[in-house]
Amino acid sequence: MILIIDMNWKKDSLAYYEFVSPIASIAKSLDECTVKHHLKVTNKELSQCDMVILSGTALKDMATLSRLEKFQWLKETEKPVLGICAGMETIGMVYGMRLTRCLEIGMTLVNVVKENLLLSEGSKAYSLHSVCVEPSADFEVWAESTKCMQVIKHKTKPIYGVLFHPEVRNPELIKRFIQLNKTGA
Amino acid sequence: MRLGVLFSGGKDSTLGLHYAKEKEEVVCLITLISENKESYMFHTPNINITALQAEALHLPQITKTTPGEKEKELSDLEEAISEAARKFRIKGVVTGAVESVYQAERVQSICNKLDLWCFNPLWKRDQNALLEELLERRFKVIISGVFAYPLDEKWLGKQIDAALISKLLDLQQKYGISPSGEGGEIETTVLDAPQFKKKIEILDHTTEAKGNSGVFKINKARLVEK
Repeated sequence: MILIIDMNWKKDSLAYYEFVSPIASIAKSLDECTVKHHLKVTNKELSQCDMVILSGTALKDMATLSRLEKFQWLKETEKPVLGICAGMETIGMVYGMRLTRCLEIGMTLVNVVKENLLLSEGSKAYSLHSVCVEPSADFEVWAESTKCMQVIKHKTKPIYGVLFHPEVRNPELIKRFIQLNKTGA
Repeated sequence: MRLGVLFSGGKDSTLGLHYAKEKEEVVCLITLISENKESYMFHTPNINITALQAEALHLPQITKTTPGEKEKELSDLEEAISEAARKFRIKGVVTGAVESVYQAERVQSICNKLDLWCFNPLWKRDQNALLEELLERRFKVIISGVFAYPLDEKWLGKQIDAALISKLLDLQQKYGISPSGEGGEIETTVLDAPQFKKKIEILDHTTEAKGNSGVFKINKARLVEK
């Protein structure tokens, strides 16, 4: 079962349709999935799921970055986690990465810098972010744009971050994450 | 949150408005009237009817005419949104964008510049499901423009109902057209919707069509009780 965590500033927000529904639609085509808001998710749900996807948020929505206490489970979990945009930024901050200003809106060229299982080749991707995380010793960089890291993975844990929004023009990235961890490959 | 809706009077912006009203406070409509029929950003048929729709919705409307040149219409849109922020103290903008990255990124950029939220509640929605939702919500929507083979003047003015959706889905199978007009194949005008306090009655219209391109132009209309 895939647990999708709604990262929007409040439960049942108007942004849910834009940032959570498209991910749920892709995930549901591959496996059973459930959606919970980040303020409501329980330890039981985190332990019962097979993997977790953290959604993105509206450009002005930085709520999760000031609620890091709600995401300390990211340090302990052994479950595969994919953080999208605000999800990646939140993962980064929980792991002590620094946040810097970095505005990218619209189609962005993303180059693969390390062979990896999520993004096989450079492609155009839809970006919508005003900040990014800086490199850290715990994470390796898999892909980047001219401005910042776009796809990262924890060096020893199955924790992934993608700064662009794969649900818009690169749904195969989400599908690969699910298939990779569903089969235990 | 006080929001303004980018409103063209077609099915997508009207449905987007309904989503927004269910979650936040919609305080105005923002309409760009493009003088360019080939506008990159703005739906054009029956844009004059949006004033009547605004009245039916009991919402004030900010309108701005733009020559519709590619980037000029963006600065005109920015001015209109800026005016809405000033006059109605909106904190964000809602669009009816479904698939168009071109539209979405431009509105997002303007909102970022003006320090406003941007919401696209129909983003990435399945097109067939969107059409079905219009029927479930009892929208009355007519086809006001056709711009692709094999659509022609016979489609103009037709109401979107189950039979018409079925025909559009057939054309999707045969010719690859987008059933909801995402590729600009059709344009629509909403005559009634749940948030309308009154509905629109068309008193006079003309159709202008040539081959696979045509518009259903509403010349005269009025609001009547529902």
